Amino acid sequence: MTLSQQVELAKQAGERTHHFHGGLRLRHHKKISCQDPVEQPPLPKLLVVPLLQHAGDIAEPLVSVGEALLKGQQIGQCQPCAAVHSPVSGVVVAIQEQPMSHPSGQPGPCVLIEPDGREQWADLDPFEDWLDASPDSLMAHMQHCGLAGLGGAVFPTHAKVRDGRNRRTHTLILNGVECEPYISCDEMLMREQPDKIILGARILRRALGAERVIIAIEDQMGAVHKALTGCAEFANSENISVIKVPTIYPEGGERQLVQSLTGLEVPLGGRPSDLGMVCQNVATAAAVAEAVTEGKPLIDRYVTVTGNGVSHPRNFRALFGTPVSHLVDQCGGYTDDVARLVIGGPMMGYPLSSDNAPVVKASNCILALSHADIADPQPEMPCIRCGECARVCPAMLLPQQLHLFIRNELWDPVQTYGLSACIECGCCDYVCPSHIPLVEWFRFGKGELRKRAFESVAAELARKRFEHRESRLLRLKQERAEKMARRKQLLKDKAMQKDRIRASIERAEKKGRTKSPTQTTGSSDDT
Amino acid sequence: MLISVLVISVLGLAFGLGLGWAALRFRVESDPVVERIDALLPQTQCGQCGFPGCRPYAEAISREEADINQCPPGGDAGIRALADLLGREPKPLNPENGQETAKTVVLIDESRCIGCTLCIQACPVDAIVGAAKLMHTVIASECTGCDLCLPPCPVDCIDIVAAETRPPRWQRPRPKIVLDGARLQ
Repeated sequence: MTLSQQVELAKQAGERTHHFHGGLRLRHHKKISCQDPVEQPPLPKLLVVPLLQHAGDIAEPLVSVGEALLKGQQIGQCQPCAAVHSPVSGVVVAIQEQPMSHPSGQPGPCVLIEPDGREQWADLDPFEDWLDASPDSLMAHMQHCGLAGLGGAVFPTHAKVRDGRNRRTHTLILNGVECEPYISCDEMLMREQPDKIILGARILRRALGAERVIIAIEDQMGAVHKALTGCAEFANSENISVIKVPTIYPEGGERQLVQSLTGLEVPLGGRPSDLGMVCQNVATAAAVAEAVTEGKPLIDRYVTVTGNGVSHPRNFRALFGTPVSHLVDQCGGYTDDVARLVIGGPMMGYPLSSDNAPVVKASNCILALSHADIADPQPEMPCIRCGECARVCPAMLLPQQLHLFIRNELWDPVQTYGLSACIECGCCDYVCPSHIPLVEWFRFGKGELRKRAFESVAAELARKRFEHRESRLLRLKQERAEKMARRKQLLKDKAMQKDRIRASIERAEKKGRTKSPTQTTGSSDDT
Repeated sequence: MLISVLVISVLGLAFGLGLGWAALRFRVESDPVVERIDALLPQTQCGQCGFPGCRPYAEAISREEADINQCPPGGDAGIRALADLLGREPKPLNPENGQETAKTVVLIDESRCIGCTLCIQACPVDAIVGAAKLMHTVIASECTGCDLCLPPCPVDCIDIVAAETRPPRWQRPRPKIVLDGARLQ
């Protein structure tokens, strides 16, 4: 099938649901955190706002220590990626290295803000009528408001929209499939703010130039379906459909969702925009609506605080920079048998070494696990080639082969076996009877491939610079040699000139002396 | 009999002339093996191999004047790649050329720099900018970590620092084997 045929097929997305390969049916554990309505926790004493919250480079701080800030004032800028804003009005206490909720566990530059409690907003700049606004101005506004994908990858929204627009997107998919156990922040958002999500979907659709919107939710989210289809904004909108997809982990992965809706695979190394589709998280759409119609930058998000390690699991609308410990306190604190703190879900999350770490744009869930939740560390056994990992892999890879290649650092076969298609969902880890930490190996392998690509680019640059330098040195040497030769020639010429002058003088003198005896011989050289 | 000998001879002559013409017409200017060896070298241009740059070393390897284990920045992985390319046995790095170390870059302490331009002249990849009696600085993204600028500096104002490994440059470490590792490896 050619790509244009695939794009035509993709236009019929959602008419019937398809299946992706593999996947797992997991227990949900979502109900425990959905009992209470979402609340804003009281202001913490100190907010730690990291300057690295997006996929991309660290933002440059725009403020200095001691400066008074207004809520929503921009505090960090990063040209190709999204901006960072102050979540409260207050004073900058320090700009220093702090733990910053990153999978590495390493500290990074953060702005420490002490709130003054007045919650005074900076001047906001909303669109009066976004239907009149050009797509470019909408994208610029998204960048200015610091919008990034709130599903977890925090890819800057404006960049994704621009890419989608350039590739003629026909369908916008809003991803409300929150397939990982325990996490319920998107579900609560869809239940409580369906109008905002649908308004955001319309704005994104306009910015993308797409024709239709599909809001994908899990087939067991009955209340969410009712809320989305029952809201006023939905009744006023055309070409927006809410589609239920089967609840199989990792249905919420971008590629898996596209496959479920269209039956088509996103090509290796490509993006859904190759098929004319763009995926955005529902929370991103709500943030877009707030940014465009109210002018509010992205300064908070829905966060689930859950697990058997907290007394009263629930969802919060938390400001970025709020310490994890502050949210846990608002949930009634830890239970006695809390064992581990995880940011994200149990399948793809990463452990947190300290609860001082702040909530950032990427943190959708704070999971406190009890001793009973965590299996004892099992000794790793050799691979027995059972093939279970290949059976559950949603990307249709061969994890057992990849694992051996990475372990032996055979990078060429690692690439040909498609490591870059791995979405790190953790299904292979979950089923492996030998307890091999496959995803850890794959993450290491991916990092190594990235490093090698980076190094080869750097080597190429160094080679070019070296060759340029060599040729320049050679040229300079030649030029110097030529100059020397010219000068030598000049001196030689001068010497010859002198010789000739001397010779003629001598001749003249000779002539003078011999003039009187012989007149006739002097006539040939009389000058 | 005579005809067949004649036909074969004429054919041989024709093909020979064709091949000779092709060899002149499509002559490859440089030695492709040198290019391929050069592509495997790390391009640090540090001279630890005993040659003034990576390309001269590649040329020496192709002439079999140098061994494949003289490049410390390339390390064991580099030696393995060279051995694969040239069909030789991999061997450990020659300790006379140095040790394999993590990637570093250099940093000029600008308060101590006197602006003598000696380091600029020593840098093989033009990664230092500055002018006489003016402060110099290193372009970190272009620095290969060859350390050739250190010896000429009269005031020792150049320091070696580890290359950036913090986020977003951070990279996941190799997983540790929990148990039974000896058997697996």
